[in-house]
Amino acid sequence: MPQKRISIRIDGELVSTVEGKTILEAARDAGRRIPSLCHMDGLTDVGACRLCLVDLGGGGRLAPACTTPVQEGQAVITNSPRLLAYRRVILELLLTERNHICSVCVANGNCELQALASALGVTSVRFPYRYPNLPLDLSRDRFVLDQNRCILCTRCVRVCADVEGAHVWDVKGRGIYSRLISDLDQPWASAASCTDCGKCVQSCPTGALAEKGKAVEEMVKQTWQVTNAAERKRAVL
Amino acid sequence: MIAAGEKIKLATVWLDGCSGCHMSILDLDEGILSVAERADLVYSPLVDTVEFPEGVDVALVEGAVSSLEDASKLQSVRARSRVLVALGDCAVTGNVPAMRNRLPVKQIMQRLYIEGADVNPGVPASGVPPLLAQARPLHEFVKVDFYLPGCPPDPKAILSVLTDVLAGRAPKLPAVKFG
Ligand code: SF4
Ligand code: SF4
Ligand code: FES
Repeated sequence: MPQKRISIRIDGELVSTVEGKTILEAARDAGRRIPSLCHMDGLTDVGACRLCLVDLGGGGRLAPACTTPVQEGQAVITNSPRLLAYRRVILELLLTERNHICSVCVANGNCELQALASALGVTSVRFPYRYPNLPLDLSRDRFVLDQNRCILCTRCVRVCADVEGAHVWDVKGRGIYSRLISDLDQPWASAASCTDCGKCVQSCPTGALAEKGKAVEEMVKQTWQVTNAAERKRAVL
Repeated sequence: MIAAGEKIKLATVWLDGCSGCHMSILDLDEGILSVAERADLVYSPLVDTVEFPEGVDVALVEGAVSSLEDASKLQSVRARSRVLVALGDCAVTGNVPAMRNRLPVKQIMQRLYIEGADVNPGVPASGVPPLLAQARPLHEFVKVDFYLPGCPPDPKAILSVLTDVLAGRAPKLPAVKFG
């Protein structure tokens, strides 16, 4: 069935797109990048991080661009002082919630959280740092999970469940006590469902999931490979 | 305001950091000459002054606040400086010194000075400033006018901030990152 073409306005500019796309996709097709973290090409969107919030006008509440479908006649504001303020607060809260010590992180220089903070001008965090006491899971041969750097974006959860079909990862707890867990909250090495494929590692936007043996700055994620695999699978289905 | 031709009083301070930020200041290369033309370095680990002087125009502070001594130093730096810049990740976020924050100070001392000692085990009681329970960033103690993150901060960013301040402009930061 051919998709219906519709027109929307993005930051005032008239854009032609097709029904079924999200605002994030339509904006990107039109050459506008909306900041995002939990979105990853090839995975189902869940609207977890709220960085992609956009203004649909009328003084109504803001909507996440990654989970909001385009609609005929929609007028979307992707950037404003108000949106920037919210995005900065979100990044600052992410940075205080765990222990992000970029200078000693495997993902330093290749981290989506760090890059967004830099791009949006976050040069300090106004909230008191929590410095929580969090564990590492070093049980597996090839990979490591460092809870200190997890932002609970659930990209690993989704890629493992939807693309690899193993569903090793999940999130337990609520609020700041939420934690990423493997299988029924046991060490990653004893998670029988893990196939050792490493898709979660390559999908993780931060240094939380990494290959073992990588030193500071060495962990460069091959996210695009996972996206390719996800899109091939979608085409076959 | 600083009158034309008059030199501003510049200070640099070293709290709980590795001195890498100070190395980055030295890395300004020939840029340091243009700073020297407009500023007198009145206090710094690089000069001999003992007391932090009054009437400082700009203080660059490296390092987290980790001890009682750091905290009281920082208070006088703040009281005596017009512009206070948090220089580098330790000053801005706590960074590496804050990696101890999850452990009680007593346990750290026990591990380092007693279990880790080959000779003369014992926690030093005099001559070293008592540690605070946690190493924390400057702005949790005093008002910070400007943040310059980076571990260490890029010399180009330091120069750009100093150049703005020396010219009497509000500093405009080039793109910087943590780490
Ligand atoms: S995960 Fe990213 S933001 Fe966190 S410490 Fe590593 S580089 Fe920094
Ligand atoms: S481990 Fe990485 S991919 Fe998984 S939820 Fe945490 S930050 Fe996201
Ligand atoms: S990218 Fe849309 S909510 Fe995270």
